[in-house]
Amino acid sequence: MQAGTANSTLIHGAGGTPPGGHAAPTSHKQTTGWLVMPSVGVLLVWMIVPLAMTLWFAFQRYNMIDPTIRGFAGLSNFQDMVTDPDFWASLKNTLLLLGSVLVITVCLGTLLAVLFNQSFPGRNIARVLAISPFFIMPTVAALVWKNLLLHPIYGVVGVLAQKFGFTPIDFFAQFPLASVIAVVSWEWLPFALLILLTAVQSLDTDQLEAARMDGAGPVAQFFFITLPHLSRAISVVIMIETIFLLGVFAEILVTTNGGPGNASTNLAYLIYSRALLQFDVGAASAGGVVAIVLANIVAFFLVRTVARRLET
Amino acid sequence: MATLSLRNIRKAYGPAEVIKGVDLEIDDREFVVFVGPSGCGKSTLLRMIAGLEPITSGELQIDGVRVNERGPADRGLAMVFQSYALYPHMTVAQNMGFALKLAKVPAAERDRKVREAARILQLEPYLERRPKDLSGGQRQRVAIGRAIVRAPKVFLFDEPLSNLDAALRGQTRIEIARLHEELGATMIYVTHDQIEAMTLADKIVVLQAGRIEQVGSPLELYHHPANMFVAGFIGSPRMNMLPVSVLESTAAGITVSLPSGAALTVPSTGDVAPGTALTLGLRPESLRPDPDGQLAGTVKLVERLGGLTLLHVETEGREDVIVQIEGLSMLNINHPVRLAADAAALHLFDAAGMALPALTRHSLVA
Ligand SMILES: Nc1ncnc2c1ncn2[C@@H]1O[C@H](COP(=O)(O)OP(=O)(O)OP(=O)(O)O)[C@@H](O)[C@H]1O
Ligand SMILES: [Mg+2]
Repeated sequence: MQAGTANSTLIHGAGGTPPGGHAAPTSHKQTTGWLVMPSVGVLLVWMIVPLAMTLWFAFQRYNMIDPTIRGFAGLSNFQDMVTDPDFWASLKNTLLLLGSVLVITVCLGTLLAVLFNQSFPGRNIARVLAISPFFIMPTVAALVWKNLLLHPIYGVVGVLAQKFGFTPIDFFAQFPLASVIAVVSWEWLPFALLILLTAVQSLDTDQLEAARMDGAGPVAQFFFITLPHLSRAISVVIMIETIFLLGVFAEILVTTNGGPGNASTNLAYLIYSRALLQFDVGAASAGGVVAIVLANIVAFFLVRTVARRLET
Repeated sequence: MATLSLRNIRKAYGPAEVIKGVDLEIDDREFVVFVGPSGCGKSTLLRMIAGLEPITSGELQIDGVRVNERGPADRGLAMVFQSYALYPHMTVAQNMGFALKLAKVPAAERDRKVREAARILQLEPYLERRPKDLSGGQRQRVAIGRAIVRAPKVFLFDEPLSNLDAALRGQTRIEIARLHEELGATMIYVTHDQIEAMTLADKIVVLQAGRIEQVGSPLELYHHPANMFVAGFIGSPRMNMLPVSVLESTAAGITVSLPSGAALTVPSTGDVAPGTALTLGLRPESLRPDPDGQLAGTVKLVERLGGLTLLHVETEGREDVIVQIEGLSMLNINHPVRLAADAAALHLFDAAGMALPALTRHSLVA
């Protein structure tokens, strides 16, 4: 995605001169076009070098366990990948994780934002508490969930289950992906809440009163007035969260190690395990290329819908 | 058919009482205007009638039925907000049809009503536009259209024209008057613009600090203000107030002496002993330069408005007695002038600010 943006800027800057460019404005454009070249150049190198290296390794035989096997691999890295069940599982997990966390954080975030906009005693403290998970590092958050909350023996949930006579569940073993989704949602809910709360606060109360006069109850007010007002903020939340959620890694490493089996392995974790657990740089790079393509596809749709929303 | 009746309506925000007991009867098809200085509680009173603000105590009746406990949608009212409060994500047609949609009116009938309202307000070309693509005046008309579509018993307006420029304000004012005529609905209108109040109202309610100062027709308020506040508030430029003392009270009126010693007879009655201190009210338009006038003074400032000229005259111990004269006057700054007053247009107020009753009612005021 970023390579594409830089390229289009570059093309625009250089191609800003029409064939018979002697009109004053165009020559002006030409001069300024060259002035942005240094920064465009730096950004380009910054991105192109890792991108090119990834592409290069993706077509190489390169396993650090046996450095003697080298050379051009053709498409075999990709062939291995598409025939590898782990890859498809990780792709599915990546999208499931992304989709679930988006749905959970946006829905809950919207409800909480509307709730926190009402006045009730202790609202300020409640706001701070609701937002605080955002300030906890992913590794720490994952550890808290793994050991303090969901641990079948020491965790709060486990202790409560035992107290009430239920068999405690080892969530990370039995529902690994769902548990990771819970942790990541918990981390990102405050972000959604924060953005959506400011949006709710910017809603003109006259509009709500006009809707009341028009006969809208609380539910109709929410769906016809508040939600459309929030649509822009919601698209911003979705876009920003997507960028970060495609690469969730620390939470998985700390809690499930991608397992059991590949049950909670996403693309980022798969690349890590190929490169640094199996030392197969070629396969990892092929996964990386797929990750870039995936990010670009998602970004393409997102940027298009968000841009359309921001226009109105 | 809609009559409203306010019985000792009060509103308190915590310990602060902002509406301090309002009694008011509003007849069917009447155009009532609330005026008063900023913060006097006009909007609050209107919002209580609308049902947007709970009534602390007292009773509000519509058509003889208590509605205190009814929600805003169930009172049969429609309100036009100062900010218009249009729904930005809906088209003009959707904005106007929103109430009908919520009331589950079939789409065909909804469409017909929206078109009818759009026709009345000349909004037909804009039905598919969003509010942000309209001019201020068009938005204003959409806000009115949203009210019309519901065919309410009572229309409420909270300073609907204050965001428009002067020319458009005049035009929309006439449109609202026409609409009142055409729809035959009861209307309650809040403004602090005197011209709107005088031209639109059947009945003006002057409010101050949460209390009604006077209720009456525009001309009644102008010619027979009940107290100094109303006298000063209605009429532009403001009424001039001079301290006077009573010389004698006869059947022909009360003769008072001005600070300069000059005497004037005001056709008012009242139980006032000679020597009582009163306040004399003179409207700028009832004063005129006259070589035989009782008030002697000097012109300190001349404001030429074209058709009219305002003189600020230093007289009777005051520097800013305003006199409104015709625009062609050659009077200039530092000219000495003598002023005569139209006796029928003089007002006397007692120490508490209450007007002494006039001997005769003005012919235009029943
Ligand atoms: N929510 C509130 N809490 C406390 N006081 C309030 C509240 N709303 C209004 N007031 C007070 O009530 C008084 C009347 O307010 P209101 O809005 O009715 O004035 P207004 O006559 O409409 O003035 P304006 O011409 O400026 O619109 C004001 O003194 C205001 O400070
Ligand atoms: Mg107001």
